[in-house]
Amino acid sequence: MRRTYIGELEEIILLLVLRMQEEAYGVAITKEMQNQLGRKISVSAVHATLNRLGKKGLLSSYLGGATAERGGRRKRFFKVTSTGKQVLQDIQEVRELLWSQLPPNAFST
Amino acid sequence: MKRKTSITDLWVNKLLQRVCKPELLEEIEGDLLELYQEWVKNYGPKKAKRLYLFHAIKFLRPFALKKTSPLDSLKPNFMLQNHLKIAWRQLFRRRSHAFFNISGLVLGILSFIMISLWIWDEVSFDSYHANQSQVARVLQNQTFDEGVVQTWRAQALQLAPVLRNTYGNNFKYVSMASFQNEYTLFFKENGLKQMGMFIETSAPYLLSLEMLHGRREDFDGINSIFISESLAKAFFGENDPMQKILKIEDFPELQVKGVYQDLPHNSTFAGLQFIASWEVYQKSLPEWVGWGNSWFQALVQIDEHKTMEEASLAIRDAKLDHMSKESGERYKPQLFLHPMTEWHLYNEFKHGKNIGGRIQYIWMFGVIGIFILGIAGINFVNLSTAQSEKRAKEVGIRKAIGSSKFQLISQFLVESLFLTTIASVIALLLVQILLPIFNYITGKELGIPWTNYFFWLSMIGFTFFLGLLSGSYPAFYVSSFRAHRILKGSIYVGKSSRLPRNILVCIQFTISLTLIIGTVFVFQQIQHVKNRPIGYEVKDLITIPIVSGEIQDRRDVFRNDLLQSKHVQEVSWSSAPINLTLVTNSGMTWSGKDPELNEEFVTVKVSHEFGKTVGWQLTKGRDFSRDFASDKLGMVINEAAATYLGFKEPIGKKIKWGNHGTYTILGVVKNMISQSPYEPAKQTLFFLEYKGPSQLNLANIKLKPSSNPKEALRKIESTFQKYHKQNIFDYQFIDEAFAQKFVTEEKIGQLSSIFAILTILISCMGLYGLAAWITQYRNKEIGVRKVLGASSLGIWILLLREFLLILLIACGGATILASYFVSQWLDQFEYHTSLSIWVFVMAYLIILGITLTTVSYKTIRAALQNPVKILRTE
Repeated sequence: MRRTYIGELEEIILLLVLRMQEEAYGVAITKEMQNQLGRKISVSAVHATLNRLGKKGLLSSYLGGATAERGGRRKRFFKVTSTGKQVLQDIQEVRELLWSQLPPNAFST
Repeated sequence: MKRKTSITDLWVNKLLQRVCKPELLEEIEGDLLELYQEWVKNYGPKKAKRLYLFHAIKFLRPFALKKTSPLDSLKPNFMLQNHLKIAWRQLFRRRSHAFFNISGLVLGILSFIMISLWIWDEVSFDSYHANQSQVARVLQNQTFDEGVVQTWRAQALQLAPVLRNTYGNNFKYVSMASFQNEYTLFFKENGLKQMGMFIETSAPYLLSLEMLHGRREDFDGINSIFISESLAKAFFGENDPMQKILKIEDFPELQVKGVYQDLPHNSTFAGLQFIASWEVYQKSLPEWVGWGNSWFQALVQIDEHKTMEEASLAIRDAKLDHMSKESGERYKPQLFLHPMTEWHLYNEFKHGKNIGGRIQYIWMFGVIGIFILGIAGINFVNLSTAQSEKRAKEVGIRKAIGSSKFQLISQFLVESLFLTTIASVIALLLVQILLPIFNYITGKELGIPWTNYFFWLSMIGFTFFLGLLSGSYPAFYVSSFRAHRILKGSIYVGKSSRLPRNILVCIQFTISLTLIIGTVFVFQQIQHVKNRPIGYEVKDLITIPIVSGEIQDRRDVFRNDLLQSKHVQEVSWSSAPINLTLVTNSGMTWSGKDPELNEEFVTVKVSHEFGKTVGWQLTKGRDFSRDFASDKLGMVINEAAATYLGFKEPIGKKIKWGNHGTYTILGVVKNMISQSPYEPAKQTLFFLEYKGPSQLNLANIKLKPSSNPKEALRKIESTFQKYHKQNIFDYQFIDEAFAQKFVTEEKIGQLSSIFAILTILISCMGLYGLAAWITQYRNKEIGVRKVLGASSLGIWILLLREFLLILLIACGGATILASYFVSQWLDQFEYHTSLSIWVFVMAYLIILGITLTTVSYKTIRAALQNPVKILRTE
């Protein structure tokens, strides 16, 4: 089985993009990271990760309309590709498989 | 009103625009701007701007940066390749020029690296000891006669308990120790003479010993000994050294409880082969050893929460509080801490204050190193500018076909960087080759730290710096030529370019001259002191420490036995070798003594024939004699003591010495150098002593001048073995020991002469190159002059005149500089030579000679040329 392996930060960002649907772009994702997960992360790191995911073929992107607050610059929106969705599902399956195999007393020490 | 500058005008945006991938730029800028507006709302404009900057700079990571395409990289690299190619061609086109240029630089860099390594070694002294900054030795200042304050490293053994109990909160460890000394160690029948000391149990922590066997806490105070790695090898080879029983001379048996890594050469404790329990040592001392007997050293490590100053101040009166009121008022002992960080470089005290020490040599050689490098750099600048005028045509053509000034500057900078890099590499290789010699002279174990990244970083940085610095003047100078004037052939590079060059040459010569003069004075000072009357005969005199009681008990028999040999002229005993001062004493009274005087005398216990053995020179009275039993209470004093006592006619005068007895002065001898040869002789008393646990533990033997020393030593050794097998035969020739007194100064002299020669060499290279250039430059002028009837001699003088003027100015500068530094240096010696004008004159003549030879080689050739040949092309 050929699989793309992704890191934890990549996974989270991928999930966020999927959840945010049409609203996923750099600043929005950065804010979501902070507000939802309490994770402070610089915008450049988010960009780098998005870029990497794009290269792996898990994300696609398109340019949206210009807004005044961005000085007339356009936003780049991201969408999860079908491969991306597949990868996320695979991860989830693996997790579930492993969790289901845990013995009942796994956490009691 | 000024338009409010927007955040997008910030420099960082330009940077992003320049280096970021164009397809990502819009999104990056947009996101940053959006966030910025939010930050302004949340934190205000100031912080927002900072955040903006911070996050913008964070975008400079690989994913966002433009990939440089092969086409892009071609442009700068192409120019660089071209520059390097031109530089390479220039190198071979003007071989002699390149040779002088590079070799001058090589010499400069070479000396600079060597000096840097030396300084680094000196500055990092004792850094092996991890707690270096917290370890200190307790010193004491005491006031002696005429208010002279002396600083002692030695302490009474009662000090450690006092420091621990009364001042304990200042210290983590307090440890009494004997001074490092040579002892004979025995493992069964094997004896080895080794350096070591007795010290309290905290020693392994205090000295941060790296344990190879055993643990630091195993150093208990009962009967343990820790030995060094090399001593363990020497005694036990590959066998396990642990728990073995060792014996040090007459001390009780000790058990090896640990083996530590050898201490490095740049440590105060270098060569310390063992540490043994202090308690064992203390038990061997007589009971009367008290506060008045400062025979030991006290080492401490201060508490983490205290500073050195606090602890030092706290213990000031620790000794005073335990002395009798009378002697306390008299000597006013004040204790203070001398931190380990200063042991090596700041080890001299005068009037109770630290006056530096070796640190002056660090400064001296640091300055010399920079000077030499400066001279080499100046050479480089001079030769390059001279050369680049020759290349004016090239510059003109380059400019005409569209070279920008920037390109020309970078071309010349690349050339000079190229040369300095070559020079650095050669210099580094040469250092590696020459280091053994340098180590031999300096007595160090320096090596190039090949694996130290800091070294490489500074080496590369230094090369770059040197290349840019020395290349920038020629680069800017040449690139400012005007193309049309050069190509018309009317370039006039006259006085304006010669003046700065002449100033630089002048500086070079000032420095070289100062160094020469300084070096000559160092040697003169050494010679001056060596010529000082010693007062005894150092030749054929040996001393042998006697540790065995078996010889000490049968001194006379032993002596007679030795005298039987045809090699031995005289044998005597003393408590100290004639070339060292070990013990000073007080408590003497005599008629006419100033009651305020806190007297202090060097005291030496001797046997009857001591004078005859060392060959002292009586000026008044008589030597000790076996014919007079009363000589047991007699004294021989030196001239300094006679003056000190204030007796016009000292013979027969009495000196009462505490409860030792009243002594009569039998004779006066000439002053003898038994301390630093740079200091005046100290008042010394010699008296006979045979009884009690005698301290006559040194045999002085004068060999017959006719004897072969090797043979004589063999004979003496066999006599020794007869009396006591375990007494290791360890001898010292006094003339060798005496020569040791000059070692530091001689090393300084040797080093500075090497560097002086180097500076002259480098300056001469520069001079030669310059002379070559000037003669070539004025070639046509010479031709014309000759045609018009000038003599060869006249032309030679004409060419020399400029150099002579430079030299004259340099002489003036050097006179001022050298006389200042030399008198500073000489002032530290009580006994020193004077500034003699002849040294200056000699240095000038030498430099004049060298200059004339260097310059004349080229100029005479120029002056003798056939003018027809020069002018034919016109």
